[in-house]
Amino acid sequence: MKIAVCIKRVPDSETRVKIAADGKSLDEAGVKFILNPYDEFAVEEALQRKEQAGSGEVVVIALGPAAAQETIRTALAMGADRGTLLQADRIPADGLAAATALAAELKGGGYDLILFGKMAIDDYNHQVGPMVAELLDLPCVTTVAHLEIEGGKGVAEREIEGGLEVVEFPLPAVLTTDKGLNEPRYPALKGIMAAKKKPLDVKPAALGAGRMEVVAMKPPPDRKEGKIVGEGGAAVAELVRLLREEAKVL
Amino acid sequence: MLAVLEQRDGALRKVSHEVVTGARRLADALGGSVDALLLAAGGVKGADQLGRFGADKVITLTNAAFGMYAPEGYARVIAERAATGGYRAVVFAASATGKDLAPRVAARLGCALAQDVTDVGVEAGAVVVTRPVYAGKALLTLKLAGTPALVSLRPNVFTPVERPRAGVVESAAVDGSAGRVVVQRIRAADAGALDVAEAPIVVSGGRGLKEPANFKVLEELAAAFAGRAAVGASRAVVDAGWRPHADQVGQTGKTVSPTLYVAVGISGAIQHLAGMRTSKVIVAINKDKDAPIFKVADYGIVGDLFEVVPKLTEEIKKLHG
Repeated sequence: MKIAVCIKRVPDSETRVKIAADGKSLDEAGVKFILNPYDEFAVEEALQRKEQAGSGEVVVIALGPAAAQETIRTALAMGADRGTLLQADRIPADGLAAATALAAELKGGGYDLILFGKMAIDDYNHQVGPMVAELLDLPCVTTVAHLEIEGGKGVAEREIEGGLEVVEFPLPAVLTTDKGLNEPRYPALKGIMAAKKKPLDVKPAALGAGRMEVVAMKPPPDRKEGKIVGEGGAAVAELVRLLREEAKVL
Repeated sequence: MLAVLEQRDGALRKVSHEVVTGARRLADALGGSVDALLLAAGGVKGADQLGRFGADKVITLTNAAFGMYAPEGYARVIAERAATGGYRAVVFAASATGKDLAPRVAARLGCALAQDVTDVGVEAGAVVVTRPVYAGKALLTLKLAGTPALVSLRPNVFTPVERPRAGVVESAAVDGSAGRVVVQRIRAADAGALDVAEAPIVVSGGRGLKEPANFKVLEELAAAFAGRAAVGASRAVVDAGWRPHADQVGQTGKTVSPTLYVAVGISGAIQHLAGMRTSKVIVAINKDKDAPIFKVADYGIVGDLFEVVPKLTEEIKKLHG
């Protein structure tokens, strides 16, 4: 099985967001960056599929700044075979621009599966995977939480409101992975050492013109000061009164 | 505007009214009309009521393969309609279906898509949206170039507003297959279970619950709201395997905006706060008076949740007779 996994370098989820002087982006000073958590499920799934097949290759591809090489090394340390960085100083706000650059790299690669995390925890764009699928004219299932592949066919389960959709698709295909699909492994020391020697190509990202302009990034409005209604069960009646009469939500 | 609505089992989904409301807002700003679009196997219950919320026309396109979501078939039909209909904007719900469908349509049209937006407007003739990033730790304002602009609306944010228009009902059969990706069936969750992302009331629990079985007290509280509440969970308890990932609220789970969010035994890690801070009213119940959750809560009770929550359940039950 030849599998591509598209990954992204994102700020850690514990990051306290400070807005940069341009008023349009994150101030990256002191921010710790990680492999997007949803992409870990994609890397893990690729590794397990390759291990089950007994042969194959797992290629990780990232779009991002030079520092995203570290993110690729993380995936290589988990066990991926090689990596490619499509280098761009800034990842465009327009998901279709990112998808176009990734599709150009993936095209003709002969992949059985192309995996993405279901979304990145920074921009929440939730779109690059299925866009790549459309650009490459491949079948696609998003937010996959359970997956079975047999022969040239797969059955995936994806969470929808109030249930799970059971979806059948032919390979090759693009899938985006959700939490619950597997338990991503931690890179072992041996893997970290081996990753340093694995091939990592760097080339410029072929980003088209963006169709989206960032006007501003702002902190969310502060919530107005709340109040402690009281202590213990004795405060419940007053809470319910406030919810009815002041907040008017009951 | 083209408003892409959703149906399940031939009945309109609640988010559909929100999508019409969002599309109406854009139509008013741009001086246009709203075509509401439904894809289904036959007639959709509730379609004739959409004029009330601002739909000028309600178009149902039918195909035997469109009873359940058909990703490729839906994307093809919507993209064709959007390309030939002269629409300035195409509005989706940022639901499980909408978030899957909108990118496919955007790629087919070569148009920009802003997912999960919490505000839409028009500036100098361009569609401008606001969407939370970093799980709501910041708000991004974006201007979408090109036509049509595609947006999906975060559930529960665009409160349906009555804006009566004609709502002329049309229906036509469309050819073509579902595509290569086929939804075989839906495995329903427990009957009547609401999704945390769409429920008007969310009751969430964290480590303070002490063990998985104790979520029963939250389920009882949720049940007291007579079908309007869902039970959510913090990352800590999902990672511990106490609750399914579908229930997780936070940066690596769902971002929710219910009318009422009740955080029980949740200390309020930054990644959790990010996922629920846009709730209209937040109530926190925690035994630690210094827990960060109290900083975002409108109302707090300091105390033992095993004493407080059952009392709250009783009070809510009284309200619902």
